[in-house]
Amino acid sequence: MISRRTLWQGAVAALLAAPLAFSSTGAMAQGKTIKAVMHSDLKIIDPIWTTAYIQRNYGYMVFDTLFAMNDKLEVKPQMVDKWEVSTDKLAYTFTLRDGLLWHDGKPVTSDDCIASIKRWGSKDSMGQKLMGFVKGFEKVNDMTFKMILKEPYGLVLESLGKPSSNVPFMMPKRMADTPGSEQVKEFIGSGPFMFKADEWKPGDKAVFVKFDKYKPRAEPPSGLSGGKVVKVDRVEWLAVPDQQTAINALLNGEIDFIEAPSHDLLPLLEKDKNIKFVDWNPLGNQYTLRMNWLSKPFDNVKVRRAVEIALNQEDFLKATIGDPRYYKTCRSMYPCGTPLASDAGMDGLLESKFAEAKKLLAEAGYDGTPIVLMHSTDLQVLTNLAPVAKNLLEKAGFKVDMQDSDWQTVVARRAKKDPPSQGGWHIFLTSWVSADILNPVMVGFMNASCDKAMFGWPCDEKLEKLRDDYARETDPVKQKQIGIDAQKRAFEIGTHVPLGQWYLPGAMRKNINGMVAAPAPVFWNMTKE
Amino acid sequence: MLGFVARRLLATIPVIGVVAFFVFIMLRLSPIDPAAIIAGEYANPQQVAEIREKLGLNQPIFSQFFIWLGRLLQGDFGESFFFKKTVAQLIVQRMEPTLALTVVTLFIAVIVAVPMGVLAAYRQGSWIDRVVMGFSVLGFSVPVFVFGYSLIYVFALQLGWFPVQGYTYLRDGFLPFIERLILPSITLSVIYIALIARITRTSVLEVLGEDYIRTARAKGLPERIVLRRHALRNAAVPIVTVIGLGLALLIGGVVVTESVYSIPGLGRLTVDAVLGRDFPTIQAVILLFSVIYVLINLLIDIAYTLFDPRIRY
Amino acid sequence: MSAIGENEIALAPAETMPVLPPRRLWRQLLRHNGVMAGAIVLAIVILIGLTAPLLGTVDPSAIDPSVRNKTPGTEITMRLDDGSKVTRTLLMGSDSLGRDIYSRVLYGARVSLIVGVAVSVIAIVIGLFIGMIAGYVRWLDGIVMRVMDGLMAIPAILLAIALVSVWGAGLGTVIFAIVVPEVPRVVRLVRAVVLSIREEPYVEAAIASGTRTPQILLFHVLPNTIAPLIVQATYICASAILIEAILSFLGIGIPSDIPTWGNIMAEGRQFFRLYPHNIFFPGIFLALTVLAVNIMGDGLRDTLDPRMAKRF
Repeated sequence: MISRRTLWQGAVAALLAAPLAFSSTGAMAQGKTIKAVMHSDLKIIDPIWTTAYIQRNYGYMVFDTLFAMNDKLEVKPQMVDKWEVSTDKLAYTFTLRDGLLWHDGKPVTSDDCIASIKRWGSKDSMGQKLMGFVKGFEKVNDMTFKMILKEPYGLVLESLGKPSSNVPFMMPKRMADTPGSEQVKEFIGSGPFMFKADEWKPGDKAVFVKFDKYKPRAEPPSGLSGGKVVKVDRVEWLAVPDQQTAINALLNGEIDFIEAPSHDLLPLLEKDKNIKFVDWNPLGNQYTLRMNWLSKPFDNVKVRRAVEIALNQEDFLKATIGDPRYYKTCRSMYPCGTPLASDAGMDGLLESKFAEAKKLLAEAGYDGTPIVLMHSTDLQVLTNLAPVAKNLLEKAGFKVDMQDSDWQTVVARRAKKDPPSQGGWHIFLTSWVSADILNPVMVGFMNASCDKAMFGWPCDEKLEKLRDDYARETDPVKQKQIGIDAQKRAFEIGTHVPLGQWYLPGAMRKNINGMVAAPAPVFWNMTKE
Repeated sequence: MLGFVARRLLATIPVIGVVAFFVFIMLRLSPIDPAAIIAGEYANPQQVAEIREKLGLNQPIFSQFFIWLGRLLQGDFGESFFFKKTVAQLIVQRMEPTLALTVVTLFIAVIVAVPMGVLAAYRQGSWIDRVVMGFSVLGFSVPVFVFGYSLIYVFALQLGWFPVQGYTYLRDGFLPFIERLILPSITLSVIYIALIARITRTSVLEVLGEDYIRTARAKGLPERIVLRRHALRNAAVPIVTVIGLGLALLIGGVVVTESVYSIPGLGRLTVDAVLGRDFPTIQAVILLFSVIYVLINLLIDIAYTLFDPRIRY
Repeated sequence: MSAIGENEIALAPAETMPVLPPRRLWRQLLRHNGVMAGAIVLAIVILIGLTAPLLGTVDPSAIDPSVRNKTPGTEITMRLDDGSKVTRTLLMGSDSLGRDIYSRVLYGARVSLIVGVAVSVIAIVIGLFIGMIAGYVRWLDGIVMRVMDGLMAIPAILLAIALVSVWGAGLGTVIFAIVVPEVPRVVRLVRAVVLSIREEPYVEAAIASGTRTPQILLFHVLPNTIAPLIVQATYICASAILIEAILSFLGIGIPSDIPTWGNIMAEGRQFFRLYPHNIFFPGIFLALTVLAVNIMGDGLRDTLDPRMAKRF
């Protein structure tokens, strides 16, 4: 009997001792640490392999870019010191700044940059367009290289200074030589922060420390351009999937910053004096509904038109954002408040005219086949979109089969060209950062190059020609007209439906200052008192 | 004795083998293609095919199973599809919170449930007995997450006695560590208390009817000592057994409790892996939980035989 | 005995048990407080599920973005499809899509009951079949029981979660995923009954006189399994309702637009701090239903299966 008790005690003691063995001695952070809860957990460390915004944010910590967009949406040199273009507009020469180093101490060279542009150009839609005009690269010396074009292209710098996913981040050649289909395995960049791979615990936290040898530009920060001066020692991204936990932690001062607090929970924060809101992305975001041209009945333009007519922006914005301070309807494919914004081609659309939509469906001979609508259930800002779409489409006479999954699965599934009954899809909804969709070349969903277009695969020669014209045109006034014509055409053929603009301020403790307003949340220039 | 232990250990091998095969075949029969998940959003069919080749997904299913099993035996659980870490690393990282939660829960459960059960048995038919039995049924019926949210609502939000959710590692101080563990442990222990209290009551009731208890009482021993020294000790075998068997309930509860309280342990790893279709992680976690379950029960089993002269196998 | 064979303490009767004659049984059941209380609550829930459309509900899936996140008791004006307006009170508030929680909770009873009944019936039928074969066909016994041991070594909720994740969410998958971990428990129970019956003199006599196996199983074995299986079925029903709610709560169960108690809570957990009603109303219904089934199970066990009652 006694032995049995001893055994039991021994087991308990062993179990109690075990946690000690697992807890690392993890040195307490010295100096200033900003603890942030981002919109999602960092699981992948390749910002070129995926377009997910958390990897883009990671990219801005660890990597640097050749060019960057400032707060007036102008492209400015970043890693590049000087650049020039030949008079025939066929050769761009870039010279890197002095003293740029990778985190392993080696200097940044032309070879690294050429390989990085190539890898990005094989993945990103704007990059692919650029590479279509590129004949080749020439290395002049370790600091200077040339990009040779087949014919003049109006968006070379806009492409290299693209602010959001996929951002053309520069990586060491050995990393950039990884095929686009595989993920890079290293964490070496030349950006203002170093990634602490040894402290990275997916599902718990990711840690960045200041890169002491980073040489910021002399200009003040503006948008994603200018001097990236790091004013803290350490940034920790904590994975807190439950928004209420994150908010509570912020109220208690356990964390400093929440990138994307849920709109419905903002009232909890607004009451507290120690919390402030910073709208780091003043251009906002745009909700979008995408139809799959390859799946019947959406191969029929009348059916796509019926969707454009049946929907309305207000319902989506109310159901997902709720508080009218944080959304506005915007009748344009390009974000309202940016140069190309226009309601051209939108007469009668997005007004929920169900009778009209029903008529179109009847004309198109829609037979009641259920429409497979992909519903992402794990990202708060997207969760309520699909049920609203279902509701409106059903009122217009569609039969809707809404299928739940997490966002990752939506992402994998939307790339499938199979019929919806065999794992394909008809409709999904997503959100774009406004800075990603400023003109017809940038708007991925306006790419109408059939098989090569983004998922949804619209196919329209006329729209493609307008996009090419836009890229070649160098006169801003004519360019704008082409942009508006492209939008008209896109609505006519039904590539996608913009569902309104929304904003989400970051929430932070009062002692955090200096956050730069930019399309992506960046941590340089931030201070903690 | 050694022969007995060896025999018992051998007997668990087919059980674990069946678990391994089931876990493997279940995920392989899935209509979801892991290669497509790994390849990502812009992959073309050719890239997916390459990854299929690399993962060995084109081989016959049985050779896939044995390759997988061979790796497992070498301690190689594979690499997570998403996290870009080995599954073994992930599991080690997530171990502490789950272990801490289970240990505290076990502690609370045993401390509360055994006296409850003994008392109920001793006062069979009284209001105490009814309350204990009522609580026991209630414990089986209220879902873990409903109970968890109720506790959060009352003790964290209304009264403000405890932090709402989250986990603090032991290395960051014992007080904050235990402070965040109390509500989750109470939540998780309810179903366990229900189970143990019931079994304790039944076992003690049975023992109380035995002759030696009557003898002890006749000797004039105080009731306290009769209960503790004679009744409880002899009722201990089924009680400890049910603590082992109840681990299955506990493991299921861990998954839910960690989700409710945002604890970054193995339970949340399971849910994350399931939501992300991260097959190697799902396989490893289920296998791990099952093996732990089988081994603990085996240990309890062997312990009786070694220490209780009445039990002979 | 296997490593987990000790489960027998909770489940398997060692010998056949005498079953009371039907009429006396009924009288006993009716007199049993637990059975009656459980049955009454359960009957109410069933009634609610069946008559949900008549109880002042609206379409439980109908969304209305203009009345989202309302607290219980809020009065709203609804726009109907034909343009007319109706004022109604949201008894249990609304969720973040403006769906009426009261209607969703009432309709949610249907799904819970369907899952509970379907799982217990299917698990019992499959378990009965496998258990009888395992108990009677000696050479199959070892293999079947090793497989069952393996299945039982996987914690039920984990197994269900894994199965749902693999086969995709849906009512059918959820039922299947909950059935799988329950089957081995039924198999063990049935097998134990079969093994003990085989030794009974009258069964041996029947075998000796050349009665064929199916007939022995049907006329001698089957009747003896009924009482313990009824008790087991109620427990399976309770646990199935719980597991369905857990799966839905974790976001991997029944599709989210179908009103189930688990789904309502899964939707509500995001905003629990501001709007706890989304968790509490379905939670209360869920707990009460499971409680009723469990109490009924305990009562049935006391009456039908006195030996087990003494043990547990």
